[in-house]
Amino acid sequence: MLGYAMKLLTQPTRFAFWLLLGALLLLPFVTDALLGRGWVRIADFAMLYIMLALGLNIVVGLAGLLDLGYIAFFAVGAYCYALTGSPHLALAFPSLFPGGVHLPFWIVLPLAALVAGGFGVLLGAPTLRLRGDYLAIVTLGFGEIIRIFLNNLNAPFNLTNGPQGISRIDPIKVADVSLNASQEIFGITLPSVHLYFYLFLAFTALVIFVSQRLEKSRIGRAWMAIREDEIAASAMGINTRNLKLLAFAMGAMFGGVSGTLFAGFQGFVSPESFSLMESIMVLCMVVLGGMGNIAGVILGGVLLALLPEVLRHSVVPLQQALFGKTIVDPESLRMLLFGGALIAMMLYRPAGLWPSRVRRRELDTDEAAETV
Amino acid sequence: MHEINLTPLLEVRDLQVAYGAIHAVKGIDLHIGSGELVALIGSNGAGKTTTLKTLAGLLHPASGQIQYGGENLNNIAAHRRVAMGIALVPEGRGVFARLTVAENLLMGAYSRNDRHEITTDLERMCALFPRLAERRGQLAGTLSGGEQQMVAMARALMSSPRLLMLDEPSMGLAPLMVQKIFETIRDIAALGMSILLVEQNARLALQAASRGYVMESGAITLSGASGELLGSDAVQRAYLGG
Repeated sequence: MLGYAMKLLTQPTRFAFWLLLGALLLLPFVTDALLGRGWVRIADFAMLYIMLALGLNIVVGLAGLLDLGYIAFFAVGAYCYALTGSPHLALAFPSLFPGGVHLPFWIVLPLAALVAGGFGVLLGAPTLRLRGDYLAIVTLGFGEIIRIFLNNLNAPFNLTNGPQGISRIDPIKVADVSLNASQEIFGITLPSVHLYFYLFLAFTALVIFVSQRLEKSRIGRAWMAIREDEIAASAMGINTRNLKLLAFAMGAMFGGVSGTLFAGFQGFVSPESFSLMESIMVLCMVVLGGMGNIAGVILGGVLLALLPEVLRHSVVPLQQALFGKTIVDPESLRMLLFGGALIAMMLYRPAGLWPSRVRRRELDTDEAAETV
Repeated sequence: MHEINLTPLLEVRDLQVAYGAIHAVKGIDLHIGSGELVALIGSNGAGKTTTLKTLAGLLHPASGQIQYGGENLNNIAAHRRVAMGIALVPEGRGVFARLTVAENLLMGAYSRNDRHEITTDLERMCALFPRLAERRGQLAGTLSGGEQQMVAMARALMSSPRLLMLDEPSMGLAPLMVQKIFETIRDIAALGMSILLVEQNARLALQAASRGYVMESGAITLSGASGELLGSDAVQRAYLGG
């Protein structure tokens, strides 16, 4: 990691890198001053979505396995921390956990990633022979099964507290400093959302780094070969079974990490955060931005995480000013715009807003062939 | 029967393969000696591709034995057979369309870890297929059919196999390109590679091969030296339109 960072710093792009880093570090303050604190919180959520989208990009973009239930792994991560970092278990099973569990976040995080990875293998193993639409249906079912379990496992024993969800989850602590309260560092007061912003920024950077390494690795190339032609891939000596399971597991781990951060940040989880719509949203981030291209996926994540908030803050005041009342609810307008954006993109930029090098070249060549 | 080598590289005994209730291969015997170019000819649906896929480990035999270099292959997974030196050029080429030509070739060397020799082999492939050298940065999916066949062959050779299995290399190619591909197959054979060539184009295949097997509805009905098969009435009638 250090060597990689050094290389970045010594390349001609180092100026851009420092500029970007500085801008990102200042972003919460600028946002806070210009738009208000709520928008810093929105930026925090955007980073959770970016992590999710990058995780799904491994499964869908690299290995070519269409997963419509990806949010389940986010849920698994979130509930891992919700159960081990809240008084819920102590209340539900006083005899088993008299004082509650209250595991520290930094112990739960790797465990949650492993549990989510395990669920990824659980989903991958029975679906190894499936592809495309068939796989999509099974993964969609899997996502719903997890959500329905979370929704109903308050009986016969109260594991998940059902639709009410689990609240009072311990805030994340970094070196004994709780991120849930304002902290003063070097005379600068950092509100909680700012602290979470920097934590999530670090995690997002890590996820981007791992994604990039994976993509350029032997494993990444094997995933792409499986995506292109599974029979030929196994005729090349690729163990397609293990590599597909690995793709599911890696993608799920990213989702699990993001979910754990989400639970600590929110302090509350409930099954309704993990609906099918969320899975579709994350998939749309991957597709809209440019499947298989990390920068594109990040762009897609930012745009789609911000879109509903921008609408919420602009549509209602605009209508109030024009008509004196709210005619169209921003939520329904969001789906309309969103659907329109996807159709427009499929027509004009089928490879995504920021397609990968290869996809771009492919489309260029097609156009060149057409003009000849 | 001609026995070129006393111990064949590949020996198949009573191989049966079934897709559920459908028996695609009904107990065939065949062998390939070291350095031999053997053709397996037959019409559509005779079971040729099924045979090749089974030899590559992509399908599991219902019964029978596959011996390769003195080892029983029956319980060895497809990806491990590549490391043992068995390479398949799949039917319809199966190039990785959205990877570049160079990346495709590198994927062929997936099971190897001798970095230095992989580079040498890449250069050898560029010499063997100059067309590919020109297009190494291009996406394989944008090449012509013949060029894609070259990619598939070069990619298979990159695993440095002892046995190369080609499934219908002439399929869907222009006559001139077919000639070119078969010239290359002969060149590779001349280097001492053992080759099993599956073809519908019986004349071309038998002209290139030293021996041949004729397959019909899952069974081998004829076998022998290429010259004999080319001259036999049955082959003439069934495949050569004579």
